[in-house]
Amino acid sequence: MNFDLSWMAWTWPTAAFFATILLLLCGMAVWEYASPGGNPRVGILRFETTRGDRLFLSLLGSAFIHLAWLGLVGPSLWWALALSVVYAIGVFRYV
Amino acid sequence: MEKTWNNKAWFLVLPVLVLVAFSAVIPLMTVVNYSVQDTFGNNVFFWAGTEWFEELLSSSRFWEAMVRNLIFSFIILSIQVPLGIFIALNMPKKGWGVPVCLVLMALPLLIPWNVVGTIWQVFGRNDIGLLGYYVNALGIDYNYVQDPFDAWVTIIIMDVWHWTSLVVLLCYAGLVSIPDAFYQAAKIDGASRWAVFRYIQLPKMQRVLLIAVLLRFMDSFMIYTEPFVVTGGGPGNSTTFLSIDLVKTALGQFDLGPAAAMSLVYFLIILLLSWVFYTVMTNYDAER
Repeated sequence: MNFDLSWMAWTWPTAAFFATILLLLCGMAVWEYASPGGNPRVGILRFETTRGDRLFLSLLGSAFIHLAWLGLVGPSLWWALALSVVYAIGVFRYV
Repeated sequence: MEKTWNNKAWFLVLPVLVLVAFSAVIPLMTVVNYSVQDTFGNNVFFWAGTEWFEELLSSSRFWEAMVRNLIFSFIILSIQVPLGIFIALNMPKKGWGVPVCLVLMALPLLIPWNVVGTIWQVFGRNDIGLLGYYVNALGIDYNYVQDPFDAWVTIIIMDVWHWTSLVVLLCYAGLVSIPDAFYQAAKIDGASRWAVFRYIQLPKMQRVLLIAVLLRFMDSFMIYTEPFVVTGGGPGNSTTFLSIDLVKTALGQFDLGPAAAMSLVYFLIILLLSWVFYTVMTNYDAER
């Protein structure tokens, strides 16, 4: 059987990106196994969120932070990445 | 005590997971891969980094399409929601008129999008179309092929004709679920027609209205087929919405990299809106 994935046009940076997402999901699964229930709580958004919601908000927000950085500042995205990490920590801490 | 739940049920989700992987995740991964590369065909790709995203975010064409989309959604909602409520309030609640009205209301929803577009394309033509011909006969200069304003009017009327029924049916479902006791109490209190609407019908319709507003917003934000069939995005670019622009870039110009970048930005916006939709709905349920 020949698994030809050349049509997907893989690159190392995009593979690393998806591997990171996969690792995050695995990490969340382990976290859920260790502490079941999703840790629901009401944060600054005034509605209940689980840690899955908080990961989703972190990833979605990070995508918009990167886009905003690209549009407003420039192509070097390291600071956008740092800002996204800070944002994600904020989301997991306060949302 | 016996364990009341276990994780074996997750295996039942596996078929869906496989299906979603093939129909959504793998294509999405491919789009991400395309968005950072350029190609001239034959599966040969060149690294472009964030170039397409930068180009997109500084492109007036993209932002103009986005603004057009938002204006279109705003106009659609401000017409369809009040009109839908008005029609639902005036539909019969008993007797033979109920099935007749429900079928009439459901009819536009059953017509495929491209057929709706074709109907209105012919209907609006000023040489053979019933609408176009008689509007011109009344002395109004109407030509949706050449005039951007006429094109917008045609698309908006078409969308109102096609989708107001959805708002009507949702509102009607909300209205018929109100027990008669509410109306009897209002009658005893001598409540006016407006008071009945404001304090009984509107609060009872709130949930279905929320669904209607969000469904119509998301749907109008993703609109493609109908305006494409009627105007092809023209005259000029006056009715080129995001989805039309995307297809033009991907299939018309075969610029797969820029189109992939645009798809991802579009996808993120839709994802954000879907999250808002889901959050509002679930929290509204929780509050109740």
